[in-house]
Amino acid sequence: MKVNSPLQVYKYLPQTNCGECGEATCMAFASHLLDRSNKIEDCPPILDGKYKKKYLELSELLASEIREVIAGVGETAVKIGGDDVLYRHQLTFFDPTVLAYDVSDTMSEEELVGRVKKISEFKKFYVGAFLKVDMVAVRSTSNDPSKFKAAVKKVTETTTLPLILCSFNPEVLAAGLEVCADRKPILYAATKENWQQVSELALEHKTPVVLFSPGDLDELKTLAVSFKEIGINDIILDPGTYPRGEQLKTTFENFLKLRRAGIKEGQKDIAYPIMATPITSWMVNEDPITASYWETVLASVFTVKYGDMMIMHSIEPYALLPEVHIRSTIFTDPRTPVRVDPGVYEVGSPTKDSPVIITTNFALTYYTVESDISSNDINCYLATVDTDGIGVQASVAGGQLTAAKIKETFDNAGFDFKEKTSHNTVILPGMAARLQGDVEDTTGLNVKIGPPDSGRIFGWMETNWPPK
Amino acid sequence: MAKKMKINDVIELLKDADVEALEGVTFEGDIELEIDETAAGIDSLFAYTMGQETAKIGLYLLNLARSVGYPVDQIAGMPAQPLAPSVPKLSKLIESKFSVGTNDEWKTQIQEVTLGATSSDGGTRGHTITLGGEKALPYYFDAPMPNRNYVTIDVFDMPIGMAKAVKSNYEDVMEDPGEWAKKVVKEFNADLVTIHLISTDPLLNDTPAVEASKTVEEVLQAVDVPIVIGGSGNPEKDPLVLERAAEVAEGERCLLASASLNLDYERIAAAANKYGHVVLSWTQLEINAQKELNRKLMKQCGVDRDRIIVDPTTAALGYGLDYAYSNMERIRLAGLIGDEELNFPMSSGTTNAWGAREAWMVSSPLKEDSDWGPREYRGPIWEIVTGLTLALGGNDLFMMMHPGAVKVLKEITQTLFGSIKTDEIDLSNWVAEVVA
Repeated sequence: MKVNSPLQVYKYLPQTNCGECGEATCMAFASHLLDRSNKIEDCPPILDGKYKKKYLELSELLASEIREVIAGVGETAVKIGGDDVLYRHQLTFFDPTVLAYDVSDTMSEEELVGRVKKISEFKKFYVGAFLKVDMVAVRSTSNDPSKFKAAVKKVTETTTLPLILCSFNPEVLAAGLEVCADRKPILYAATKENWQQVSELALEHKTPVVLFSPGDLDELKTLAVSFKEIGINDIILDPGTYPRGEQLKTTFENFLKLRRAGIKEGQKDIAYPIMATPITSWMVNEDPITASYWETVLASVFTVKYGDMMIMHSIEPYALLPEVHIRSTIFTDPRTPVRVDPGVYEVGSPTKDSPVIITTNFALTYYTVESDISSNDINCYLATVDTDGIGVQASVAGGQLTAAKIKETFDNAGFDFKEKTSHNTVILPGMAARLQGDVEDTTGLNVKIGPPDSGRIFGWMETNWPPK
Repeated sequence: MAKKMKINDVIELLKDADVEALEGVTFEGDIELEIDETAAGIDSLFAYTMGQETAKIGLYLLNLARSVGYPVDQIAGMPAQPLAPSVPKLSKLIESKFSVGTNDEWKTQIQEVTLGATSSDGGTRGHTITLGGEKALPYYFDAPMPNRNYVTIDVFDMPIGMAKAVKSNYEDVMEDPGEWAKKVVKEFNADLVTIHLISTDPLLNDTPAVEASKTVEEVLQAVDVPIVIGGSGNPEKDPLVLERAAEVAEGERCLLASASLNLDYERIAAAANKYGHVVLSWTQLEINAQKELNRKLMKQCGVDRDRIIVDPTTAALGYGLDYAYSNMERIRLAGLIGDEELNFPMSSGTTNAWGAREAWMVSSPLKEDSDWGPREYRGPIWEIVTGLTLALGGNDLFMMMHPGAVKVLKEITQTLFGSIKTDEIDLSNWVAEVVA
């Protein structure tokens, strides 16, 4: 992005404050273009012919430093790349790393279908939504076009997720495209050997293409410059992910170099999304648990540092769970508030016999507790104490969660235990057990100690509620 | 961007090119041409033989010539207008060189801090460990990292509840901190040992400081690695406990964990100064508080720069690691560009990862989730990913618990550090070669 103040953007807008974009003023719209919560196309007037020049200029100014490549179609389409900064605290990272998991064309149909289903159905609840994975990579281990075509076809029949077609043989890729070109798959990969045929496939089918040049950034740039010249813009760079030793150290440095060149130095001819292949862990580790662990380690390294897309093999929960969580860690927008408003919230339809549970106003804590309670159909009052957005354990240690703060929460909410409850009891988080005496003295309430993890509230209730 | 040039410049430029048919074409006056480099419509063969830049100029010149009546279409074999956008076919790759600069804003070195003292320095440790000293973000190519990451494994002065996957490693030594310390060094390759004096918590055993200090002596005798001494986290009692522990460990250059703004940090700082230890400066995910505490330790308490390590707080993967990571990265970047209140080695309580339910719970409490699988494999990877992420954010020292997690974290951090050498792999046909 070449602009950094709303005023600079405003100059290119119609400046009529017509409100058609949903913002009150063009200036407000300008600031949302800068933080990328609005698109220029949200402004109908600027699309009008008379603003065409300004529209094009502004599009150029607002374009992300790293090109954004789109693969797949419809609701499962993925955006890859699109970043503007080197560190997430400077703004936020856009377009979370796209996670692809492989199948191969020498798998039995049963195994292939089973894996594809697991990949597409995986979900993990987290802060109000489900974390999922994004793509299926079909690898040709047979090098046989007809086998590959059959495998790709089977995958498209089983899932709507977008595909990566993986082979260094252009004939194999062409065979795969015959059955899925309309799904806008990614071609993996063009190399210095096959680049002419693969570029023709990418042009003909208008698909994104990965350029693969293991360990050689000159060659990678040579490919990128050449593809651009041919007229291909939807490019993804694979500098090779070596799974161990000094080659892995060099791989890490290559990711840093490519991203620094693209963002800090504005080298447009190399400013494309970068992909990693943690799956190469399986080339050097025979034990499947070791291979899966190391694959997750590689996936984590390249999620933190600049991998925009990656291919993995393990679909064990102990691989998928950390992988979706580290991605969410890195791509969570640091500009969104970390805390919820303090107060006493109703979960479900609490009655006078329902428990009153205490938690903190750290957004993550609050949403975790809330989802644990509501998912188990527990009706209760959830008192959210203002701990400056710090979680339970840390705020007990740091003095932000105290008996006085708890009393204040109920007082400010006008929550009268005599009127609202039949039991005059609060439940403290297990991690805050040490506050029990203080809370009893300060509030005059009965205090029960809940479980240390809210995931266990349901079981805890069975033996501890109602209070005797 | 459009370039402006005068027509005579164009002719001058084309002089050496093979466009003889244009000779004799003259223009009157200074006609300015706006040449849009992104304009399509350049004949590919022409472009290829003459080079893009010249071709564009030539094209505009020809169009201009055409507009004033010259039969240019018959001259150079150019297609008639309009020129359809056509794609140049390449017969060979356009050779390019990649280069990128180093970061010249990183001018300040991170402080080096040594833990442990050998007999030559008045201690009894077998060796010392030096943390910090970076001149760039970790593992970056801008400057070599002088010291690797280190791992200290937690030992407690009383049996405590812990996740099953962790506990199974320590069941035989939980009653004996000395044996526990020996086990983590000998069997689990700990670089340091942390002895947590949690039994001193008034809400637990309320062990007196004098008695707790005996455990410290025991650990110092059991192992010869540098040690970290932790309190119970009780802000009233910790200064007392750490003071006494510092005294019995005089001269060993231990890390006292920790000084924070919510307790009497002056007493802990004074104990470190008096008995020759290092202070862990602990704040909670707040860079300005970290600056404030470091400043107070240096200015108000007179702690030398080479006796401060910071712990900006570790939150587990899925439970605030995003804040912990960015907080560390900001602290490290601020240090590198010259903030001398923040350029200290960092330490992470990576063990906190075990607080995440994904690390220890048998199955998901939410029925909508996909199966979480066996927990014994989820826990260690949770600790690894939590630590690894912070390693990438600049963390130097890791306080950990699970031996398997320690092993993997060491392997990846030392690989990125550059000290692990292996045979080279050929990736050129990985697509077919990965067998799994």
